[in-house]
Amino acid sequence: MSYVSKSPWVIHYDGSSCNGCDIEVLAALTPLYDAERFGVVNTGNPKHADIFIVTGGVNAQNAPIIKQIYDQMLEPKIVVACGACACGGGVYQSCYNVMHEGTRAVIPVDAYVPGCAVKPESIIDAVVAGIDLLEEKAKKMKKNPADKDRTDADAGHGVHASVANVDDVPGAGSADVR
Amino acid sequence: METIGVGTIAFLVLFPMLIAFIQLLVRDDRARTFITVIGALVIACAAVFLAYEFVPLGSQKFAINSSVAELLGYVMLAIDVLLCLYIIGKGIAHKKYIAIILAIVQLCLAVYVDLFVADGIAVSHALYVDDLSVIMALIIGIVGSGIAVYALGYMRVHEAHNEGKDRRNVFFAVMFAFLGAMFGIVLFNSLTWMLCAWEITTVCSFALIGYTRTKEAIDNSFLQIVLNLIGGIAFTCALFWIGNCYGVMELDKFLAYSLTFSENGYTLLVDLPLLLLALAGFTKAAQMPFHKWLLGAMVAPTPTSALLHSSTMVKAGVFLLIKLAPCLGFNLPGYIVMIVGGATFLFCALAAISQSNAKRVLAYSTISNLGLIAACAGVGTDGAVWAAIFLVIFHAVAKSLLFLCVGTAEHHIGSRNIEDMDDLFERMPRLARLMSIGIMGMFVAPFGMLVSKWAALEAFAQSENVILILLLVFGSAATFMFWAKWLGKILAIANSGEEDVELTVSTSEWVSLGLMTVLTVGCCVGFPLISQAVVVPYLSGVFNNVSAAISSSDLWIMAVIAIVIAVVFLGFTGATKKKVVPVYMAGIGTDFKDRKFLNSFGGELEATQRNWYMTEFFDEKKMSFVGIVVTLVLLVGSFGFAAQTVSAQENVLNDINAEHASYEQSIWAQGGADFPLYMQYYQYYQSYYEQNKSTLQQQMNVYSMDEFMNMLYMQMYSQQMSNSSSSSSSTGGSDSAGGASDTSDGATSTQGGGM
Amino acid sequence: MELFGYSIWSFVGMAAFLVVGPIVGCLLAGLDRKLSAGMQGRVGPRIRQPWWDFRKLWGKEDATVNGAQDLYVWLYLIFIVLAGMAFFAGANFLLCVFIQTLGALFLILAGYASRSPYAELGAQREIVQVMSYEPMVLLVAIGMFMATGTFEVNSVLTADVPMIRWLPLIFAGLLYVLTIKLRKSPFDISMAQHAHQEIVRGIVTEFSGKTLALVELSHWYETVMFLGWIGMFAMWGGGWVAAVVAVVVALAVWFLEIVIDNNFARVKWQAMLKSAWWVALILGGINIVYLIFV
Repeated sequence: MSYVSKSPWVIHYDGSSCNGCDIEVLAALTPLYDAERFGVVNTGNPKHADIFIVTGGVNAQNAPIIKQIYDQMLEPKIVVACGACACGGGVYQSCYNVMHEGTRAVIPVDAYVPGCAVKPESIIDAVVAGIDLLEEKAKKMKKNPADKDRTDADAGHGVHASVANVDDVPGAGSADVR
Repeated sequence: METIGVGTIAFLVLFPMLIAFIQLLVRDDRARTFITVIGALVIACAAVFLAYEFVPLGSQKFAINSSVAELLGYVMLAIDVLLCLYIIGKGIAHKKYIAIILAIVQLCLAVYVDLFVADGIAVSHALYVDDLSVIMALIIGIVGSGIAVYALGYMRVHEAHNEGKDRRNVFFAVMFAFLGAMFGIVLFNSLTWMLCAWEITTVCSFALIGYTRTKEAIDNSFLQIVLNLIGGIAFTCALFWIGNCYGVMELDKFLAYSLTFSENGYTLLVDLPLLLLALAGFTKAAQMPFHKWLLGAMVAPTPTSALLHSSTMVKAGVFLLIKLAPCLGFNLPGYIVMIVGGATFLFCALAAISQSNAKRVLAYSTISNLGLIAACAGVGTDGAVWAAIFLVIFHAVAKSLLFLCVGTAEHHIGSRNIEDMDDLFERMPRLARLMSIGIMGMFVAPFGMLVSKWAALEAFAQSENVILILLLVFGSAATFMFWAKWLGKILAIANSGEEDVELTVSTSEWVSLGLMTVLTVGCCVGFPLISQAVVVPYLSGVFNNVSAAISSSDLWIMAVIAIVIAVVFLGFTGATKKKVVPVYMAGIGTDFKDRKFLNSFGGELEATQRNWYMTEFFDEKKMSFVGIVVTLVLLVGSFGFAAQTVSAQENVLNDINAEHASYEQSIWAQGGADFPLYMQYYQYYQSYYEQNKSTLQQQMNVYSMDEFMNMLYMQMYSQQMSNSSSSSSSTGGSDSAGGASDTSDGATSTQGGGM
Repeated sequence: MELFGYSIWSFVGMAAFLVVGPIVGCLLAGLDRKLSAGMQGRVGPRIRQPWWDFRKLWGKEDATVNGAQDLYVWLYLIFIVLAGMAFFAGANFLLCVFIQTLGALFLILAGYASRSPYAELGAQREIVQVMSYEPMVLLVAIGMFMATGTFEVNSVLTADVPMIRWLPLIFAGLLYVLTIKLRKSPFDISMAQHAHQEIVRGIVTEFSGKTLALVELSHWYETVMFLGWIGMFAMWGGGWVAAVVAVVVALAVWFLEIVIDNNFARVKWQAMLKSAWWVALILGGINIVYLIFV
């Protein structure tokens, strides 16, 4: 068990959205949900963060921003797409400017959290589930330090994608965007 | 030893003058380089020889053949007169009337003091060497010469940009003459000689500041001359008083008498000359309210600033204050020096925060540090003087390093603004490291300035002067602010791959920069040794029970840290094995080297950042104004107070018993101003006081022996003054017989042991 | 037994700080987060959380903005440790203060060196923080000298009464600036502890992985050293009782800092500078005048 799983620091980016998921992410940090129980800290700085939480849809304007934030994060790192828009464009999917693939159009996504808006419980669940992935990557990094960078070629193909186990979260949205 | 001593001192003073003369004649660049380098080397070696010869011997005084001395005295007077005439001439040419008036006053005073006051006073030792003068000589000889060498390369570039006539021969001549005069100030014991050297430095810096002959330069050179003439006049007035009242013209005797006088409670006698000399020191050391000239001097070429700030000029001012230090302390002049120094330290450090021009920051920091030195001298305890001497040493080396760095940077990046030094670490890698060491040398442990400040802090805490303590702590905080932000700016690294612009820096500049860096670090490493070898011996000659203010184990810790930091800064390449990544630009960075980012309309913007100048709090004008008001009020008040007590005392003295007046006169005539002899009469006065206690109390308002003695002393010097003005050199004993005939045993012994 | 003029206990103190210091600092940091969470009605992380964070950061990918920055952070750590060792060796208090300032300077330089807009702004603010607390810290040293006649920290071990008897106002002033030194709210202006601030994480924005871990480690050392300064005021030559009292006072002050941290919003630098200087001037000045007359 490496230490990365005990100290998942997150950075949060809210794309083009109704801001519902954005607010829910912050709600996860409030006393009611208290994500810090699991060592989660909202860093606001990609250089400190291990988990990239994206909410909201991805469009031409914010795609490079998401890409840059992701690039500035250091390995091991994972990406969690939270909410229907981040996962696949949501209700804006057919808009002319929205990338219908969602976050994975720009960066490789490791976990998808459904919901519109996403529930704080689901977010925490996704983060905790994502920890396993972090763990895996940390181990891989230790074994082979040279192979720590994922190439851009990985992006958008869902290679590393997996699904958070959201079934037992009460009230979780039923739409699985995959 | 006598001849070696006189010879070395004469060489140190005259050789630079000779070089100056040759420089004046030489116009060829290569010949100038040759003469300057040889001259600088010889001067530095002579200074080292002086140290080698006299550090083991301690304090030495040298007599000079009286006829030679007399001749030299006239030469010095002639120089004084010529200097004043030069100022008057320049003043007429540029219509600067205040300077003319002051120069005329100074001329009259100097002639009067030389011909009528000093003339009758025998100077037994015209020259001296002690550990403090050795330290000063080393600073002048090594740092001063180093700056002269630096000037070779600098002035070549400077002249290339200058369209007027090439006057470099004058520039180098004045620089060397300056060094000669500085040696004079620190090695002359004769006060009239010292005055002459003092005036030479004033006029030399006048010439250097006005060198470029722009209107700004000329205005600033006159500002300098006006303020320093005030100091010169104060110095001359002090000589007038000392000659008349003490009957001596030697620095060591003056200090010894002052100390004995003030220890015995004759403060009135001591206050005025000390205040006057302190005033002279203040003007030279650019203390508030006289600080403006040093800021104005920044228009001059950088070697001038470096010379004025580090090894000459301002150091002459604090040298004088440090010399006076044993007589200062908890008396009126002591408090004035302390508070003026402390206020200057604080207000100039605060004003430095608001400056972005590197040379002005350096100027304010110089003034501020000189204020700290002055405050230490004012406290006047052994610990404080220990701190003051080390502040002088470290300030000289670190500040000259910084000036030279700024000068070189200015020529290569085209600006002396600190904001433009952003990323200097990449553009001028070697220079930036040297500059960092210079800056760190000015304000953080383990470097000398901070360690000296530590000793100062201890001395101030011992002195229990709450105002001084508060001035120091706030001033230190401000010092941290303005140095740290500058240091940060030059150490910023943009990874921009900018071209290295320091490849064209001349060899002479690198040599001097290297020398100053070695000195800055070397003095820190050798701190405990310097303390043991010269500073503590000097202090033990002046104070009782001296020990180094900071334990040597602490000093060694600092020395080790200094080595570590020097090695780190000079050694590391900035290379890293890690992956190099761009800075965080909130996800919208487009060009990370120039910190460009996209705004919300998709346009590109550049993030720029200036340092903090906090003008809403520490505006230069505001700080300057407050400082000037505070110090001016203090100075005027103290002189007013001193003058008023003197005159009040004189009124009482007019009524004093005539018998005792003549008695006074007689012993004065017999014993000259030899204080030990005078003390023999103390017992006589004591018995007189005891007998006539009630009369004295009723008629004279004299309630203690101290007051009585004070009164007698005042009488004595007023008699002496009238004596010297009527017949300057007579020490005749014609009326002494009448005076002595009706006295008791005290007088008999005097006659036996008379001079 | 003596070595280089220091008694063997000084070396014990140094070694203890070197080894136990970070452990205590780490525990305090964990407790701080737990207590803060409690005050906010949350459960909060485990007490070991700062250690886990540290280990995680140590295992992250190596990357940096430039090599100079990492070097300065190392120097920051080294000088903070040296300062603390000087303090717990009972050496000269000013030695400790000045080396600590040197450490603080290197942190500032690390911020500047990165030349990131956020780190540079943080570094500039950090300079203002140093400038704000410096007068009071020097007044602590001067007050200590006037009360005990020496700057040696170990002199408090033989004092008859705790120093706070003579320096009550200076102690209060130190409490005020301690908040600035620990960079706690309302004075966390140079490196906002909580994210989503206008300066991101201020001076530490560009530090990542091991470098950030070193900064955390330095903070642990710093906390212990500053609490040592507080404890010094309550220490006297009373053996174990005195030691316990000093520790209790230090912990009480630390708890007070957490309360303050959780109850105040961040102020502007102007307010910090002005208030800290007024506090130093008034509390420090009055206390020194009191010492002169006692």
